[in-house]
Amino acid sequence: MSFKSTDSYIVADDLGLAVNAAVTLEKPLLLKGEPGTGKTRLAEELAASLGVPLIRWQIKSTTKAQQGLYEYDAVSRLRDSQLGSDKVHDIANYIKPGKLWQAFTAAERPVLLIDEIDKADIEFPNDLLHELDQMEFHVYETGEQVRAEHRPIVIITSNNEKELPDAFLRRCFFHYIKFPDADTLAQIVQVHYPDIRKDLLSTALEVFFDLRQVPSLKKKPSTSELIDWLKLLLAEDIKPAELTKSNGLMPMFGALLKNEQDVQLVEKLAFMARRQSS
Amino acid sequence: MLIEFFLCLRKHGLKTSLTELLDLLGALERGVVFGSVDDFYTLARLVLVKDESQYDRFDRAFAEYFEGVEQVDLAAAIPADWLERSLQRQLSDEDKAKLQSLGGLDELLKTFRERLAEQQKRHAGGNKWIGTGGTSPFGAYGYHPEGIRIGQDGSNARRAVKVWDKREFRDLDGDAELANRNLQLALRKLRKFARTGAAEELDLNGTIRATSQKGGLLDLQWQPERHNAVKVLLLFDVGGSMDDYIYECEQLFAAARNEFKHLEFFYFHNCVYEHVWKDNNRRYDEKLPLLELINRYGRDYKLIFVGDATMGPYEIAYPGGSVEHWNEEPGAVWMQRLLNHFTDAVWLNPQPTSHWRYYQSIDLMQQLMSQRMYPLTLDGISAAITTLLKKSVAAAAPSPLNS
Repeated sequence: MSFKSTDSYIVADDLGLAVNAAVTLEKPLLLKGEPGTGKTRLAEELAASLGVPLIRWQIKSTTKAQQGLYEYDAVSRLRDSQLGSDKVHDIANYIKPGKLWQAFTAAERPVLLIDEIDKADIEFPNDLLHELDQMEFHVYETGEQVRAEHRPIVIITSNNEKELPDAFLRRCFFHYIKFPDADTLAQIVQVHYPDIRKDLLSTALEVFFDLRQVPSLKKKPSTSELIDWLKLLLAEDIKPAELTKSNGLMPMFGALLKNEQDVQLVEKLAFMARRQSS
Repeated sequence: MLIEFFLCLRKHGLKTSLTELLDLLGALERGVVFGSVDDFYTLARLVLVKDESQYDRFDRAFAEYFEGVEQVDLAAAIPADWLERSLQRQLSDEDKAKLQSLGGLDELLKTFRERLAEQQKRHAGGNKWIGTGGTSPFGAYGYHPEGIRIGQDGSNARRAVKVWDKREFRDLDGDAELANRNLQLALRKLRKFARTGAAEELDLNGTIRATSQKGGLLDLQWQPERHNAVKVLLLFDVGGSMDDYIYECEQLFAAARNEFKHLEFFYFHNCVYEHVWKDNNRRYDEKLPLLELINRYGRDYKLIFVGDATMGPYEIAYPGGSVEHWNEEPGAVWMQRLLNHFTDAVWLNPQPTSHWRYYQSIDLMQQLMSQRMYPLTLDGISAAITTLLKKSVAAAAPSPLNS
C-alpha cells in the first residue's frame, strides 16, 4: 500500500514515506510540527484512504494510561450487589474497554490516533511502553490477556509542550512536519478552494509568507489559519490590490494573528515601512 | 551493515541506539525505499532521529558520511558475501543462466572488483566514472547507500545531497544539557501534596466507614484529588549580562510552569529594589512595589531568584547604587526584607561555579542568601530544591526583623 495525496488532502513526499514506513514496519509514528500543519488530519485521511476505522484517543492533562486499556467500574458493581442484580457475579460486566483495547480487538486493522500525547502527565508515555511495543496487556480482574490480532497503525501527535522520554521515542518513528513551501501551500489551497482567483491566491500567499518572516511573532500563522483567512477574503470579495495597500494591517488580520501583541507588532512594522517609503 | 554510518551518527552526538539501526535495516529489507538516496535520507532520519532539534546534526553527519563514501575504495569496502547474497535475490533465472556462461558468480564478482578498481584509477586521473557503470549488472545495488556510486550517475547523487546540505533545521538545534524533561523531573521533587478542588475521587476509607454506619447500605464518600500544592515565586534577573543565559532561563521557566500550579513570576534587574515588574515591554508603567509583593504572597511561597548576581558591589551595598534609578535604600536592605518574609528562598546562578569567586557581588549575594546560591544546572537545581524542602521544616520561628 502507499499513502498519497488525495482530492482533499495534500501529503508531502517525505511525510508519505514516513507513513508508509511506519505502516510497513508496524511501528508507531510520532508526528510533531507547528500547530495547524495537519497532524491530526493526517490520521483521519489515512484511515479514510485505507478504508479502515479510526479510533481516536484524545489525551488531556488528566488522562491516565490505564484509561486507554480498560476501566473497572467497581462502584456500579457495588451498587448492583446492593440491589441484588444478577450481573454482579461476572466481573467482566464491569470492565469497560478503553481505546487501546478497542484498537487491539477491532475486526480489521484500524488506525489508532493518540492525539496530543504531550498534554498528559510526564510519566504517561512510560506507562504505555509495553502496550505499544508488544501490543498486548493483562487484565488483572479477569486474568484475561488482550492481544492485538492485527497490530493497529498507531499515529501519535505532539505539540512539544513536554519532552517525551527516550525509551518511548526509541519505539517510535519520528517525523517533524515542516511548514510547507509556497508551491505545496498553493496546492493545499487549491484543494480547499478550487475556484479561487490566481492573482488573489499568489498575492495572499506573498502577504502570508511575509508575515511568517516577521521575527519574534508569538504565534506564527500556519496552514489552517491561511485557509481561514482565504475563506474570509473570498466571503468579503476582497480584491488582490487591497491586500498589498500598505495602510497598516492586512484586511481580516484577525484570522492570521491570534495574539494582541502580535497585532501591535505587525501594525508598528507596517507603520515604519509606510514612513520609510513616503 | 551501515555500521560506519551508524558510528558516524554517534560521533556527531546523536543518541542513536542499536534497536533503531536494526529498525532501519528492517525497513531496507522490506523495501520501503528503493533506488533513491533522497528517500534513504528521509527514511534514515525517520527511524534514527527522535527530535527535530537533532535534525541538523543528522544532516551534518549524513553529509560527512556521504562525502566519505565517495573516497572509499569500493572494491575493498564491499564484503563479498553481501554482494553474493544480494545478487542472488536480484537475478532472474535467465540471468543466472547467462552468468554460468560467463564462468559463474565468483568469476563475475572478480571482474566486477577489477572493473571497480580500474574506475577508481581513472577517476583519480580526472576522468569521472565514464561508461562502464551504465552497463554493469551491479547497478541494482543503487538502493543501498554504500552503493550509490555504482548504479547511479554522478549528477543524480549530487542533486540528492543538496537536501541535507541545505541544513534546514539549523535553527532548531539545541544543546540538550538542560533539557526540559530533565529539568521538570528535577523540579518534581518540590512537591507537597494536598487535596483541594472538586471532590472527584472515591474516598475508600470514608465510604467503608459511612456504609458500616448505615448497616451495610452503600453510602459513597468522595474527596478531592491530590495536587501539588507547593507555591512558587520566581524572580528573574533580566537584561545586561543575563542576555547570555536567556535559553537556560526559558527552559527553567517552561518546566516550572508545567510543574507548579501556583507559580508567580516577576522580573528585576541585577538586584532587587523598590519595584519588580511582570512585562518587560512595560517595565516602567506596570511596576509592582516590592512591599506589595511581600504583602500579597504569603510565607508559604517558596522564593527562587534566578540571576547571575554579576554587577558592581555598590549596586547591592550603597544607596543610589542602582544603574537604572536613584534608590534611597541599598539593594541589600530590600533583599533582606524579602528574605525575612520568604524564609524558604534559594538563588539559582547561571554562571559556572568556577567563575563565582572572581566577582565580589556574587560573594555579597551569597552572604545575603546565607550560602543558598546554587548553579543553574540539574545538580544545582536538585540541591536547591533539597534545601527548600529542608528549610520549610526548620523555618518555624519567623524573624522579628520585618519591614
